[in-house]
Order: sequence, then C-alpha cells, then structure tokens
Amino acid sequence: MSTISSVSKVNEVLLKSALLADGSVVDIRISGEKISEIGTDLTSEGISLDCTGLRVLPGFVDLHTHLREPGKENAETVLSGSQAAVRGGYTALSAMANTHPVADSAGVVEQVWRLGKSAGLCDVYPIGAVSEGLEGKKLAEIGAMANSAARVRVFSDDGKCVDDPLLMRRALEYVKSFDGVIAQHAQEPRLTVNAQMNEGLVAAELGLAGWPAVAEEAIIARDILLAHAVKSRLHICHLSTKGSVEIIRWAKGQGMAVTAEVTPHHLLLTDESARSYDPIYKVNPPLRTQSDVQALREALADGTIDIVATDHAPHPHEDKDCEWASAAFGMVGLETAFAIVHSTMVATGLMDWKRLVEVMSSKPASIGGYDEQGQALALGSVANLAIIDPSREWVVNRDELSSKSKNTPFHGHTLTGAVIHTIYRGKLVVRDQQLTGVGNV
Amino acid sequence: MKHLLSIHDISADQALDILDTAAQLETLTAGAVKKLPTLRGRTVVNLFFEDSTRTRLSFESAAKRLSADVTNFTAKGSSVSKGESLKDTAQTLQAMGADAIVIRHPASGAANRLAESGWVGASIINAGDGTHEHPTQALLDAFTIRKHFGPSMRDFSTLNIAIVGDILHSRVARSNIALLQKLGARVTVIAPPTLIPVGIESWGAPFSYDFDEELDQFDVVMMLRVQLERMNESFFPNGREYSRGYGLDEARLARLKPGAIVMHPGPMNRGLEISAASADSIRSVVVEQVSNGVLVRMAVLYQLLGGPDLQGAGGAL
Ligand SMILES: [Zn+2]
Repeated sequence: MSTISSVSKVNEVLLKSALLADGSVVDIRISGEKISEIGTDLTSEGISLDCTGLRVLPGFVDLHTHLREPGKENAETVLSGSQAAVRGGYTALSAMANTHPVADSAGVVEQVWRLGKSAGLCDVYPIGAVSEGLEGKKLAEIGAMANSAARVRVFSDDGKCVDDPLLMRRALEYVKSFDGVIAQHAQEPRLTVNAQMNEGLVAAELGLAGWPAVAEEAIIARDILLAHAVKSRLHICHLSTKGSVEIIRWAKGQGMAVTAEVTPHHLLLTDESARSYDPIYKVNPPLRTQSDVQALREALADGTIDIVATDHAPHPHEDKDCEWASAAFGMVGLETAFAIVHSTMVATGLMDWKRLVEVMSSKPASIGGYDEQGQALALGSVANLAIIDPSREWVVNRDELSSKSKNTPFHGHTLTGAVIHTIYRGKLVVRDQQLTGVGNV
Repeated sequence: MKHLLSIHDISADQALDILDTAAQLETLTAGAVKKLPTLRGRTVVNLFFEDSTRTRLSFESAAKRLSADVTNFTAKGSSVSKGESLKDTAQTLQAMGADAIVIRHPASGAANRLAESGWVGASIINAGDGTHEHPTQALLDAFTIRKHFGPSMRDFSTLNIAIVGDILHSRVARSNIALLQKLGARVTVIAPPTLIPVGIESWGAPFSYDFDEELDQFDVVMMLRVQLERMNESFFPNGREYSRGYGLDEARLARLKPGAIVMHPGPMNRGLEISAASADSIRSVVVEQVSNGVLVRMAVLYQLLGGPDLQGAGGAL
C-alpha cells in the first residue's frame, strides 16, 4: 500500500489521497517538520504513502501517562513508553510525577524531558508534582519546574489526591502566574481506606472493600468551588462516575474554568469484571457500573468531558500475578486507546471524527499548553499525524505491545480501528503498524 | 465438582448431596469404626495464611478420618503483603504432591485465584477468604439446621432464619445467606446500618436494623462474631451500645419461639454479641456445629477427591 522510491533524495513524506476528519480527500506534502503543501495529484521524490481509505488526523496527545523512569525502569522507560505512544498514534505524552525520585524539582523534570528528546519519537512533557514527595504537605518547587527547560505547565500529585483544601487552594493560586493548571486525582482518602473496587452490588458479593462514588465526587465539587473562588484552572483526572459528570456539567453551566478527562477503560469496562478476582482489572479509580459507563460516553460526546487520557500505568507481571488485594492498581493503555475510543464512541455513532480529534488531540494540547501539538492539518502546521484505518479489526495481543509492561485488560479482545502510520515532526516513526527505527535511537 | 470456592458455584442439589454424604459418613464412623480408608494415599494440605486453629483442626481431622495424608502449612506473618508468596507457596505444595489444598487467606478471592490462575492443579477448598466466603461453614450450618428440623429435608422453605451482626465483614454471612436461600429458607439480615454492605439489595434477603421486631418469628437465630476493634473505625460507638441493640441477651433469648435454635460460628465474644447464658442455653447448638463441621468437611473432601462408593467402603448403611 506504500512505496518508497529506490533512492530517497528528498527529506519529505507525501500522503496520497488522505481522508481528513471533515471528510475531504487531499494529498499532503510534508517537508522537514512541517506540512508544506496540500493539494491534489502531488508527486514526490521522497516517501509516498497511499492513504486511500485511511483517516489522517492530528497526532494524539495524552495528558496522563505514567512512565516509570526514573526509578522503575523494569516496568517502563521514557523510550519504551514513547514507542508504545507512537504505535498508539500519540505524538505527545505527559509523564506523571509519581516516579522515584518524584518529579517535584527542576532536576527531575529536566531529566525526563531530556530522555524524551533523546528517544525522539514523540514530545514528552513532564508533569510536575503539586507537593514535595507527593506527600500533600508542602508545595513542590512549582516555579522552578515551570521555568526549567521542561517548561512544566501541568501539575499533579496523581496517584494521590491533594486532599488538604488549603494546599489545593494555594496550588491553584500559585500556577496562575504562568497560566498553569492543577490536575487533580479526586479521591477522598478517608472514604477509601483499603478500598479495592467500586462500592456496590458486585463488591458486596465479592467481599472486596468498596470505593464509593462520593469519594470522587466530594473532591471534585470542593475543587471546582475552590478553583472558581481563586479564578484558576482546574483539570479533573479520570472521571469515573455519573455523579462526577453531573457536577462537571453544572460547573460548566456556571461558566467555571474546569476541564475533565475520561480513560478508555472507563468507557468500556465495568465492575462486573472483578468477579474473576483477576487483578488485571484492578485500577484507580475503579471500574464502575454500566450506568456510569453510559453517562461517561454521553458526557464525552456532548462536551461535558473534554478529553480522553490513557492513565497508562505499566506494572511488571509479578505485581498483577497475585491475589487482588496485594496487586498494584493500573492498566497500560497507550496502544489500545484509539481503538477503544473508536469502538465505543465513533463506531456507535455517539461522536464524529471531528469530535474524536478534539478529545484526543487538540483539546488535550490546549489544556497542557502544548503549542506544537494538536494543530489543524493546514499549510505550515507541525506535521504530527496519526493515520488510521477505521475498519481494521484486530485482536489485542499483550505480547505484541511495545510497552515494557503487559498489563492490558484487553488481551484477546477484538477491537475495530487501528493506527497504521504515525508521523512525528515530519518523521515517519510508525509505518504499517511497526516502529520504523526512525527517531534518535 | 473440582473445587469448592463459593456457595454461588454449587446448586441446591449439589449442596444437598454433600449434606447427605455427611449424614452417611456420620453413620459409618459412629461407634467403633472411626476411620475410613477412602482417601488413603491422597495428600491434603492445609494452607493457612490466617490464624484459625479451630478450622484447621476441623479440616485436619476430617482428612485423617478418611485416611488422607495431611500437611499443615501456616504462612501467617510471612510476606503475604508482597503477593508472590501465595503463588510461590502454592507451587511448592503442588510440587510436594498435594491432591487438595485447603486455603484460609485474609484476601477475598485468594481461593479463586489459586483455582483459576493456573498456578496449581490441585483441588482447592476455600476455608475462608477475607470478607468473601466460607462455604464449608455454611454447609455445616445447613447440616446442623437439618438435624434439628428434619434430617432428610430437601426444602427449607418452612424455615425463618435471622443472621445477626457484622454482615459487612462476614464471610460466614455471605456463604450462609447464599446457601440457605438456595435451599428455600427465608433469611433476614439484621445489623446496624453501618455493618450492612452497600449493595445488599442484590442478595434478595430482607434486612432490618431492629433485632426485636420479628424476634419471636425466627426458627434459627445465627449470631455473628463482632470484632470490638470495629468501634475504632466508628462502625458503632462501643460494645455496650452494640450489645443493647444487637446482642442475644437473656431477655431476647426468652422471647424466641419454642423450638428455635441459636447458632454461632465461633469463636464467641461472650458478653458482646451473645450473653453467656444464651451461649450455654438449651437452645444453643454451638457445640454441635463444631462436631458437624468435621463430618461436612469429610463429605466435601470425599466428593472433591472422588473416593469410592460409600456403600462399598463402609458396608454398614
Ligand atoms: Zn490518578
């Protein structure tokens, strides 16, 4: 389906018959990092990809990724996470701060940022911790991280909730000087002591300690009011309940500056999967009920929820190969995210391709302040592209993931929609679903 | 039937078969013949990650009375929190030739993981997993009820049963509610609201916050052990208030209907959920529960490990 001229003289990529999100079909020439020509019947001396039937979209942007470097490189490195990202159509990811050491200083965020540069497969934006050591007691060096080479704009203690209302207020105020945003992991800690799964019918039967919806909703309600009071920006990580959706909907109706994300797994799976006691389904926040799933899908379609974020959380095999209570929380998600969003939202008619581009690319880029990501496909735009075959059916095989960790709950699932090629800053980093070896590696 | 993990996995007929087998075993092992050769050469491992001398001893004597070899493995205090120990320990036992593993573990679902993860090939018997289930306790309780209300009953629909106490944290309650309802009994759950799980509606058992309301209607009153430490987590203010609301004291004992029995899975907190007088009264069947436990566990081992026909084995039926 694609051809390479025998000798590639020109540093350019030509996409032939590209189907855009709006339904138009064009040829796109990429020269260097940028889109240099859009037209019809273009020809090239460089790489030419026949994109007939393929959707060419702005590269996806993940606002919530756990890489494990520094500290747990056996689970994921910045390089392996970047490889997983581009195979999933992502050209940018946001590395959460809960590494070892914690990304709570300029030194650590610059380290992660440099590792991203040296991998050279996608933009890696470090997220800074809100509090020192994620301990929720004292502000981390937010200003130093913002002014570092990594230019951090998103701050989060994700994995933990900033539960102290005074610290949360201060953090929201502090980031205003550089238009930063606080991304809150909404989990009231006292209401979730030892919690294992969604509180409800299934937990009652399984005898697993319940994680009530109100533990998430109470923090969201509080923080929306706090952010509004201090006129700052709040982003809510991984919304998981119907009640959370209703609170966000109310806040947006009031014109409050809040954005929210949902993960692919919360759009598809429910707490029924815990009946297996297989901790592959153990995740924070927990999988909820079918009515929550329905509410999340509707909210993503109607704009109440702004974006999809993966919460990609790699764990080594042994951390899941045990009894439920001892297992780690989290699932990998970068390589299956698009297919799940496509299967649950686009194939079902809940949203169109333009909305998919908003939720997976342009809006996360704007929340994070990632100027060179999520751009419309236009002359002069940075060529970050995900090229999709919407009709390709594939069976998820954990052994074929690029992520170092294989903790996907979708192993064996048949999904519709596949990422075929990924272009990062003009470079073809994934071709025919495989890493090309292009990058700085 | 390969494993016994949860009452939800077995049918009413399978449960009744186990109870019938236990009754046969009781006849066979009465008098001089205490021991049957049926599981000779088979190995049963008691894998206990929690202290429970009474349950371990019960399984141990059940296995021994069927002539099985018994190995006890107590792993309490080892690095259970690290997680891999369950898998590693189970695989060690498997290598030692365990035909059945009886597991007691503080994590809900531990028995299911052992049976379904592919770590081992032995039959798994759940001897209590976290706050999930304790199926042999429910079976021995049903056996005890049957002995009092009709030894060959196949339908419990004439029985009105109360289960009282810390339902939220009780594996005994989960297994008993499931089994007694399966057998047709009307089961009412009684507890303070803090100790009734969110989501109990799906169990199909009516629940009440008031122990006294229908007290004189019950044929069976099953009291659950309450851990006093729960008051530190604000489930109730203190032991006195708990006893006043939900303890089986003499006044409540006196109101029970004629023929009603009092059960408790043990160990009892005398003076908290049950008064000494109630525990020792003529209505109490607590001691019988213990001896019936051995018979029912024999029946479970016998059925899972597929011993020869009992008629042939013992002769005296
Ligand atoms: Zn989180």
